[in-house]
Amino acid sequence: MASKVIMPKLSPTMEEGQIARWLKKEGDKVSMGEPLAEIDTDKATMEMQALSNGVLRKILINEGESAPLGQLIAVIGEPDEDIQALLSEAPAKATTPAQPPPSAPEPEATPSPQTNGHAQPSVVPNESGRMIVSPLAARMAAEAGIDLRSLQGSGPGGRIIKRDIEAALTEPATPAAATFPRAVEPLRFQTATVASASPYRDEPASEMRRTIARRLVTSIGPVPHFFLTSEIEMDRAAEMRRGINALDPELKISINDIIIKVVATALVQHPAVNASYQDKFVRYYEHADVGVAVAIEDGLITPVIRSADVKSLSQIAGEVRELAERARSRKLKPEEYTGATFSISNLGMFGIDEFTAVINPPEGGILAVGAVTPKPVVRDNEIVVRQIMRLTMSCDHRVIDGATGAKFLQTVKKILENPLYLVV
Amino acid sequence: MPTITIREALNQAIREELARDERVFLMGEEVAAYDGAYKVTKGLLNEFGPKRVIDSPITELGFAGLGVGAAMVGLRPIIEFMTFNFSILATDQIINSAAKMLYMSGGQYNIPIVFRGPGGSAFQVSSQHSQAIESWFAYFPGIKVVMPSTPADAKGLLKSAIRDDDPVIFIEQERMYGNKGEVPDDPDFTIPLGVADIKRDGTDVTIVARSLMVPIALKAAEKLQEQGVSCEVIDPRTIRPLDIDTIIESVKKTNRVVLAEESHPICGINAEISSQITERAFDYLDAPIKRVSALDVPMPYAKNLENLVVPDIDRVIAAVKEVAYIE
Repeated sequence: MASKVIMPKLSPTMEEGQIARWLKKEGDKVSMGEPLAEIDTDKATMEMQALSNGVLRKILINEGESAPLGQLIAVIGEPDEDIQALLSEAPAKATTPAQPPPSAPEPEATPSPQTNGHAQPSVVPNESGRMIVSPLAARMAAEAGIDLRSLQGSGPGGRIIKRDIEAALTEPATPAAATFPRAVEPLRFQTATVASASPYRDEPASEMRRTIARRLVTSIGPVPHFFLTSEIEMDRAAEMRRGINALDPELKISINDIIIKVVATALVQHPAVNASYQDKFVRYYEHADVGVAVAIEDGLITPVIRSADVKSLSQIAGEVRELAERARSRKLKPEEYTGATFSISNLGMFGIDEFTAVINPPEGGILAVGAVTPKPVVRDNEIVVRQIMRLTMSCDHRVIDGATGAKFLQTVKKILENPLYLVV
Repeated sequence: MPTITIREALNQAIREELARDERVFLMGEEVAAYDGAYKVTKGLLNEFGPKRVIDSPITELGFAGLGVGAAMVGLRPIIEFMTFNFSILATDQIINSAAKMLYMSGGQYNIPIVFRGPGGSAFQVSSQHSQAIESWFAYFPGIKVVMPSTPADAKGLLKSAIRDDDPVIFIEQERMYGNKGEVPDDPDFTIPLGVADIKRDGTDVTIVARSLMVPIALKAAEKLQEQGVSCEVIDPRTIRPLDIDTIIESVKKTNRVVLAEESHPICGINAEISSQITERAFDYLDAPIKRVSALDVPMPYAKNLENLVVPDIDRVIAAVKEVAYIE
């Protein structure tokens, strides 16, 4: 039976798509899953796959032409089948698509624990958001003042049971509290919808926070920016970079890679900065998913280094290179350039000493990185030459207050000037 | 204390009560000349004569009604059903007459009657002769239902049942007549109705079991103890009135419950116990209440199939492990 090919939704913000190239000609055999065309969306060029088997009978939208989402763009059917009925629908919008749009950018589901032979996983984070807890465990937790959200259930289906509460009661206070002062108890993060994106937890925005947000949003446009600048001595970071690259020239670590790593490290130490304002609540992220602004021919895109806080410098360097390359050829998938928790924009290579960057909502901040240049500075009453770089952080005042941002920037400066902190 | 069988314990109880109170008499099929189909009434005809120990025709509804009438005029009948499967024929007299009389006569007529006999599964007597129908009787207000699991309980509870002023359904287990145990020889030894017995102390899981399931639960508990799981085994002994307090106390201690019975699961006594636990000890439960019951099928005749239907030690162990989150 003949089936319709409609313009699929290939990015979260896409409203129409342009056929960049048909990969099949009319009369070509196609099978399900085979690439059918390349489509330019507002962000990237995406491949569209065939969703049925047969022959590409008719192309209705030619290369270079655009069609809104859901519009019939081609027909697949048997070689001798009458497709007139389907063709009569063009170019009217297919209001009820005969098939779901291809889900090429759909993140691959993480493999379910069922597939590794266990009939019932012993621990399943409550993906539905519903907490499963035995009545006894609920009562024990209430009496002991334990936040059930901080526990992983060991019962069937992740049910929190008596022994989990007993274990929590005998556990010593979490040492993480030292570096993560907001966390009195282990924090429970929710799984993000974008695969591999950082888990997050939502906390209700306090009245004060909401008032700050309401008032400040009226000041400088929808996102109330303020800016903090710090001058960083980059001699040691540069020395570290040289040292690492001397070990293995293949690594090709850049100063920017080091900045990404340092910023990610500082972000998890300052969870208030690794956050975003979400109207009724403030979302705090467990990991630092750092967006790296990459200039491309006709615009700008920010591929995301997921969980940069736990990645090594060489991993970061490799990912940045690979993502930037694909960004330039517009081959990034939506989940690769959305959902960062913080961004970095570096114009140092253009000789810019200092600039301010615009926050990419809903991120809480962005760091504008200037060029590293030798400058005379005063050290111990002597004028000496140091490699100086200026960082300017744009903060969303709805989540980040002046002192909060300043302390974060202080940490960034401290680590960049003494990169050995990365390993202690 | 002498060690005797449940059969002998029941015989002693009836003999002692016949001797103690001349209003007590025994009636049923084959209870007199034949000494009882299961020899529970052995020697009683000789000792007390045909006015006190009476063979009835095979008319369950008839002699049950005769018993109710005798109770109304001041006697204390013990009506034996050869098995409780046959009591089904007499349910109109039991439910509509015996259970209702005190209420409907405005308190004028107590019915101090005991309907007793074996119930539950036997060995290969098939669907019509292998039924555990205690929940039928326990359903009705006005009747007490007793199910002993040891010789001492059998004796003490039957004596209390005979002395009780209300109708009592006293269900013995057909497979258990030969089970032995110590029984006090004090002629005034009785066990009050409505009081559960903790057959084994434990801390991790409460197993509520009655009748045939008690020895099975105890054996399961022994095996589980070897694996470090401590089971408390509670025998309610009386189904109605039910000593739910003892069960609740135990659940509050162990937080986990397995209910074992040899009757069908649907609308069984365990469904009732489970509901009461949920109502009264919900906040103490660490796992869903687990029932172990006979399979929901008529009892097969074939031995291998019969063995599959009646709950065994392995099924009780599996249930305990489930509620204790083991494996």
